[in-house]
Amino acid sequence: MDPFSAWMQAKGPDADIVLSSRIRLARNLKDTVFPNRLTDDVAEKMLHQVEQAVNDLSRTWQMHFERLDHLSPIDRQVLVEKHLISPAFIEEPVKYRAIAIDERESISIMVNEEDHLRIQILLSGLQLEEAWTVANQLDDALERRLDYAYDSHSGYLTACPTNIGTAMRASVMVHLPALVLTRQASQVFTTLAQIGMVVRGLYGEGSDAVGNIFQISNQVSLGLSEEEFIHNLATVTQQIVGRERHARQYLQHNAGVMLADRVDRAWGLLTHAHIMTSEEALRLLSEVKLGQDLGLLPKTKSTFTQLTLFTRPGFLQSQTGHELNAAERDQIRAQFLRERLREEVQSV
Amino acid sequence: MEQNSEPRQDRVQLCQRCESRPASVHMSTVVNGEKFDRFLCEDCARQEGAYHFMLVPQFTIQHVLGGLIGATPTGQRPQAVIDKTCPVCGYSYQQFAETGRLGCDHCYEAFHEELEPLVKRLHGSVEHHGKVPKRGGQDILQQRTLEELRTKMRDAIAREAFEEAAKWRDEIRALEQQHASGGSNHGSL
Repeated sequence: MDPFSAWMQAKGPDADIVLSSRIRLARNLKDTVFPNRLTDDVAEKMLHQVEQAVNDLSRTWQMHFERLDHLSPIDRQVLVEKHLISPAFIEEPVKYRAIAIDERESISIMVNEEDHLRIQILLSGLQLEEAWTVANQLDDALERRLDYAYDSHSGYLTACPTNIGTAMRASVMVHLPALVLTRQASQVFTTLAQIGMVVRGLYGEGSDAVGNIFQISNQVSLGLSEEEFIHNLATVTQQIVGRERHARQYLQHNAGVMLADRVDRAWGLLTHAHIMTSEEALRLLSEVKLGQDLGLLPKTKSTFTQLTLFTRPGFLQSQTGHELNAAERDQIRAQFLRERLREEVQSV
Repeated sequence: MEQNSEPRQDRVQLCQRCESRPASVHMSTVVNGEKFDRFLCEDCARQEGAYHFMLVPQFTIQHVLGGLIGATPTGQRPQAVIDKTCPVCGYSYQQFAETGRLGCDHCYEAFHEELEPLVKRLHGSVEHHGKVPKRGGQDILQQRTLEELRTKMRDAIAREAFEEAAKWRDEIRALEQQHASGGSNHGSL
């Protein structure tokens, strides 16, 4: 079985720089207390309702409903690492939380995160409109079976007022090594903040941008239509992609030797090291990807996002089938990356 | 402190706290200019707060929201606001101010007065222009169209474009009549 999600195949427009496009909708049930206040019996009833709705749709959408406490802690961690659920979702207590995920792992519904439902569509490349189309259809299908909390004036009502209205977060995950190298990234991000966009590190709120991967999303969810929010983000993303390409060209023309040295060193370490922390691995993989995008290094069969999964602790433990301490993980990580990169480059 | 020196190469260094698991975290603290090095296992390091800054988002939207909710021009929240509770779920405004989260969908109505300015500060707007649920949404769509037409009519009157205003007025009337005769389809489908 393919251990990767479909969105990791790096297909779709500008997929070399835009690693993924995501639409997330928050929905709550009418006349039901929000998840942080659910009592056992209300939670049970509510989960049953959602499970039935998901099961009704399972044939069309190939979704599978699962209670979170039926999954092992490692499997839960892997879902976070694949960006299918949020880190907060697997924090204890996980009782009365559930997920619905489709076969391709493009659709996920978190049940009882901050809101009753968090519907997420994740696609490769810059495909925000496409992701919205799917999210909208799935939302319609669910809405036919569940009574949503909605107000004509304020829109969809959410547990936190920062999300009301469309209750939508549209986001893109972008790889911007050249903007970081040419020290333009912070300037770009300051401008984004001024037009209501938020920039975060790889794993969302509170995480650093290791590996030059950034997540850009709309900060505001009320006052504009979903299509308008999406259009704004898509336009801004296209501009950022343009700047990143321009910065890459600049580096190649003006600092070719420095670039070649960086990417070859990264390749050398990844294919020869025996101990590798997750942070170092991600940093090096980012440099290797830049080298591959610029034709300085051979392409590998695995995509960048697939390889980054090998840097994550949960995924490594699921691959080896048992728990690993930090020191063991550093060794296994180095071994996996070393073997995979060497093998794939030979067969390319 | 001889035993607190660098881990020896010839055998596995054990955690200096629990002395049972292998040490995998090098924790270095500086107190009054003096540096202390400790080698701990992951669990002990976590308990000692080594990951505190790494793993816990310290400045989340909820934290900021708490401050915003409490902020009034005078800097004081009237007692009446503090005592407010949602009649449906019993959640208090005070709890909302502490957590940044509401208790249920009815809290929006219960705390409407306080929430409206907050929502405006957060979103720059208080009006939803997005998706309308298909079920029971026809009424809402019609209301939205009516509101838009009324704004256009008022605007035309303000510009003294009375012919245009009359056109909008007729459209409003037609829509209102249609609504009255067709009734509501709320809850259908």
